[in-house]
Amino acid sequence: MNLIYLSSLDLALASLLVLILAGLSWRLRLGLQQTLVIAAVRTAVQLTLIGLVLKVLFGTIHLGWLSLVALFMLLAAGREVMARQKHRYRGVWGFAIGTSSMFISSFSITVLALVTMVQPDPWYLPQYAIPLLGMMLGNTMNGISLSLDRMTSGAMQQQAIIEARLCLGDNWTEAIADLRRESARTGMIPVINAMAAAGIVSLPGMMTGQILSGTEPVEAVKYQILIMFMITAGTGLGTVTAIWFGSKRLFDTRQRLRLDRLR
Amino acid sequence: MDEPLLNIRELHTEQIGPIAFDLIQQRPLVLSGPSGSGKTLLLRSIADLDVNQGEVRLEGVARDQISAPLWRRQVAYLPAESAWWGKHVGDHFEELDRESLASLGFDVTVVDWEIKRLSTGERQRLALLRMLSRKPRVLLLDEPTANLDPDKTTAIETLVQSYCNDQDAGYIWVSHDPLQRERLGAARLTMQDGRLQDSVP
Repeated sequence: MNLIYLSSLDLALASLLVLILAGLSWRLRLGLQQTLVIAAVRTAVQLTLIGLVLKVLFGTIHLGWLSLVALFMLLAAGREVMARQKHRYRGVWGFAIGTSSMFISSFSITVLALVTMVQPDPWYLPQYAIPLLGMMLGNTMNGISLSLDRMTSGAMQQQAIIEARLCLGDNWTEAIADLRRESARTGMIPVINAMAAAGIVSLPGMMTGQILSGTEPVEAVKYQILIMFMITAGTGLGTVTAIWFGSKRLFDTRQRLRLDRLR
Repeated sequence: MDEPLLNIRELHTEQIGPIAFDLIQQRPLVLSGPSGSGKTLLLRSIADLDVNQGEVRLEGVARDQISAPLWRRQVAYLPAESAWWGKHVGDHFEELDRESLASLGFDVTVVDWEIKRLSTGERQRLALLRMLSRKPRVLLLDEPTANLDPDKTTAIETLVQSYCNDQDAGYIWVSHDPLQRERLGAARLTMQDGRLQDSVP
């Protein structure tokens, strides 16, 4: 197990590559140089900061601090889900539906994995809890935002169909059943594809990282499989929850389709 | 006097009302009025598709005593443009009645027809049959014969009338055609700026 430490010079050389690309963009008038440099600086600053936060967090093993960081991560992911919606729910719902679905799925599955499978001591050891939660949130976030977006824009487009079914006496769950199914599919397809392509088309990031830091490949693979299954379960649970809350919010107590609840 | 089939009091939304009238089984209604006067909104409110306030009763039973799906099954709204979700006509029917199919020029093979191959007129006629197959008590018909030739129009009028006689049902029919109202023997309701005008008895 030997980790090769990177020097500042190594990072400087890597950043030179980005600068060359920026120069090329300027020369070819692609107009990308400014966004490129800003994004690169953000990467460096954000990752350095998170590195420092994690360093402190790993040094002080305390459930309170960990919960605080986890809450911050959840709220940031919730904001991201909301920002990706073309037709948001009005009021607090726009934020609440995505965030609560992520909380229910990501947190429960991460805790389950920590307590029953990974079993660090204590179970909330930040070195395990934070990266696992981060990967869960990042993936459920994608699934939830894709499925919610599919459902709200689908409801807008298929208003006539949904109302035709209501007119014929179907209840709201029947009236929106097809759209729910499509939305679940849209949310789940990326993780299903990722599982199918893992190891053949792509080497998953976490496994690559572990191998680079000297972990035995077979051990890294075991972790990766665990993570993939967690992500799939979390995304599925999160997507189903979001679709349930989200579709319920589209109807009122008299089972009317309430598109005025979207903006 | 018979209890009215539909009894409406103080019905209003942000756009229309207040509106009050009765529908009795023996005396169907034709609803007319300039476009934008709220005829569709009125029918949608009666079917409880839009948020609305007021009292609507079906044979004396208040709307909020009945679940929304059951209410819409009994007080059925037929939009001017029909919508279809399945691939084939048959996906949209619970049961087929040969007689009513035949009266509008279809036979049972229609179940295998693809929705996307239907003409506008065929859609319109099939949408009415689809609604009648759910056995509603009140039909809220939003220009059901707007794009049809005189023969098909007469066929639809006859079908609706015989359905209502058989099932003790009533209807409100949106139409701009005074001759149609005469043929149907219906009373007139006129809408103007979201309200009913004093109707000619």
